[in-house]
Amino acid sequence: MFLEFVEGPLWYASAAIFIFGVSLRLIEVLTRGMPPDLSAPRGPGWPGALRTLFSRSWTAEGFTRGATFHLVAGYMFHIGLFVLLLFAAPHVVFLEERVLGFGWTPAPHWLFILAADLAFAGLALLWLRRVMHPVMRKISTFDDHAAAILTFIVMFTGCMALLMSHESLRAIHMLTVCLLLIYFPFSRLMHAFTFFLSRGFTGAAMARKGVQA
Amino acid sequence: MLTVQTEHDFDRGVAVLRDQIDTKVAAYFSSCVHCGLCAEACLFYTETGDPRYTPIYKVEPMRRLWQREHTFLGKLGKALGLGSDLTADDFANWQEMTYDSCTLCGRCSMVCPVGNDIAYMIRRQREAFAAAGYSPEGLQGASTRALEIGSPMGVTLKTLKAQIDHVEEATGLKVPLDVQGADYMLLLSSMEVVNFPETIESLTRIFESAGVSWTLASQAFEATNSGIQIGDSKIAAELVGRVVRAAEELGVKSVVSPECGHAYMAIRWDGPNLIGRPYRFEVVHILELLDQLRAEGRLKTEGLDDRRLTYHDPCQIARRGGVLAEPRNLLHMVAPDYPEMSDTGRMNWCCGGGGGVSANEGAEDLRLTAFKRKKRQLEALNVDTLVTACANCRIVIEEGLEHYEMDIQVTGLTELLAEHLVSPHKPTPPT
Repeated sequence: MFLEFVEGPLWYASAAIFIFGVSLRLIEVLTRGMPPDLSAPRGPGWPGALRTLFSRSWTAEGFTRGATFHLVAGYMFHIGLFVLLLFAAPHVVFLEERVLGFGWTPAPHWLFILAADLAFAGLALLWLRRVMHPVMRKISTFDDHAAAILTFIVMFTGCMALLMSHESLRAIHMLTVCLLLIYFPFSRLMHAFTFFLSRGFTGAAMARKGVQA
Repeated sequence: MLTVQTEHDFDRGVAVLRDQIDTKVAAYFSSCVHCGLCAEACLFYTETGDPRYTPIYKVEPMRRLWQREHTFLGKLGKALGLGSDLTADDFANWQEMTYDSCTLCGRCSMVCPVGNDIAYMIRRQREAFAAAGYSPEGLQGASTRALEIGSPMGVTLKTLKAQIDHVEEATGLKVPLDVQGADYMLLLSSMEVVNFPETIESLTRIFESAGVSWTLASQAFEATNSGIQIGDSKIAAELVGRVVRAAEELGVKSVVSPECGHAYMAIRWDGPNLIGRPYRFEVVHILELLDQLRAEGRLKTEGLDDRRLTYHDPCQIARRGGVLAEPRNLLHMVAPDYPEMSDTGRMNWCCGGGGGVSANEGAEDLRLTAFKRKKRQLEALNVDTLVTACANCRIVIEEGLEHYEMDIQVTGLTELLAEHLVSPHKPTPPT
């Protein structure tokens, strides 16, 4: 009964809030306005926007202090999370049956375990840095901790549900997924969508000046 | 009559801050994951270890306003009377972070994983702080002098003409003033006129040797733009407007920005946006012009410089301005094997005095502490001469070297080239 509710009405409601909320946030950002740059450019901006979209996925030239830890932990978390999200067998089935209408080969069990380990370790390392480093303590807000903890709970319940194959665990996992979807548009998790904009804006502005950003 | 806001007016500041949150700023705040990496790129943090100097933390007032007025949870909190609005105390507490501990060098903007241009955000926050009167007295004074006298250091046309007389006497060459239809209208910074007049002499010799058609303009010789530094776009637009009017009245083809970082940013990149239209002339940096003359074979040097020297990239000219290859092409003419600093070019470390910090007496101790970064860079190379292309960098570095008792000479690139110029017009040997 509870599983039917969380996989039925609650899932559809939270997915709608997610889509509507993310769209609203993007519209709000894009409609703030940005006057055209009237200075004579050295070159077009769009190649720089494209370049920066990728270049910021790595550390800047000669910039290793602090960045290496963040880079390694960040990649561990994000790669692990995406493998879990897109290739965990129950997710593939769920997406095929409930969302997309088609599926793909799921990850083997060993890859699932590896991805889960990476994601948990990466998230834990990033969060430990957040609570231990003086800079991180200074700049972190409630939202930073809430997003990290909620993501951890979703991953944890997901792994438990898969490993234990128990219906109630699956229901709890779905409930946390729904909570995450509802929280997402109002949180820092929005960076998953807006980083395209921020990297692009900066890359384009710098490219107009002839600087690779 | 345009004036500098000196009285505190918090409500005005908040209203202006609200206007500063454009699409870029909203995207940047939405993307920021508070990773803190920008701290490691900022010399005010690396040299003090004080987390308050984390670049993204410097724009906390703007973030709080954005969060409260542009996010659902912020709006909900406000409606329910939860959380707190910005207060005048926030402006007072963040003045140091907005002005004293940021040179707008933009190094943080180069390392942000989500691509946030934090220097852009701080520049916009300065608009609000300047409008609210929460800006350093030194910058308020400089801006007032720029508006009333025409120069942040109070340099008048009479002072410039006195320097021109000295240059003409030393070189035997004519320094052109208000020449209608000249190809290039040269701007100068007050610091060059007052502290480094040898730059004017060097340029006079180089232009004569290269056959450049140029002029100074009596109505707009000052390039420094205090409006950009304090963060007041109206003042900045007025100062740019004076240059534009003079250039268009003289009918010059190009305006030449001098060896001054923020002057270049103001006239080359911000200027058209400040006055609301493209220019009817081109703007080039002096290093771009000299490199063009080199490429055309019109700038010729002789001999190599036997000093052990390196080059300091002024942030606004290099990282924020795109003039990266030109100084190296020019320096290689006289020092083909000069060593580069460990972080250089677009990732160079700031001198610590840009963005109006050098005009801010209250920031002096912090600036000298931040200079330890440049000190280490120079010590690692064991150089005896530092070449740069910004009069402000030059004076800030000279002060830093003196403070730390380092025996390194600082010179301008233009001067260095003039010393090696193949020309009958050799520079006057130092006395």
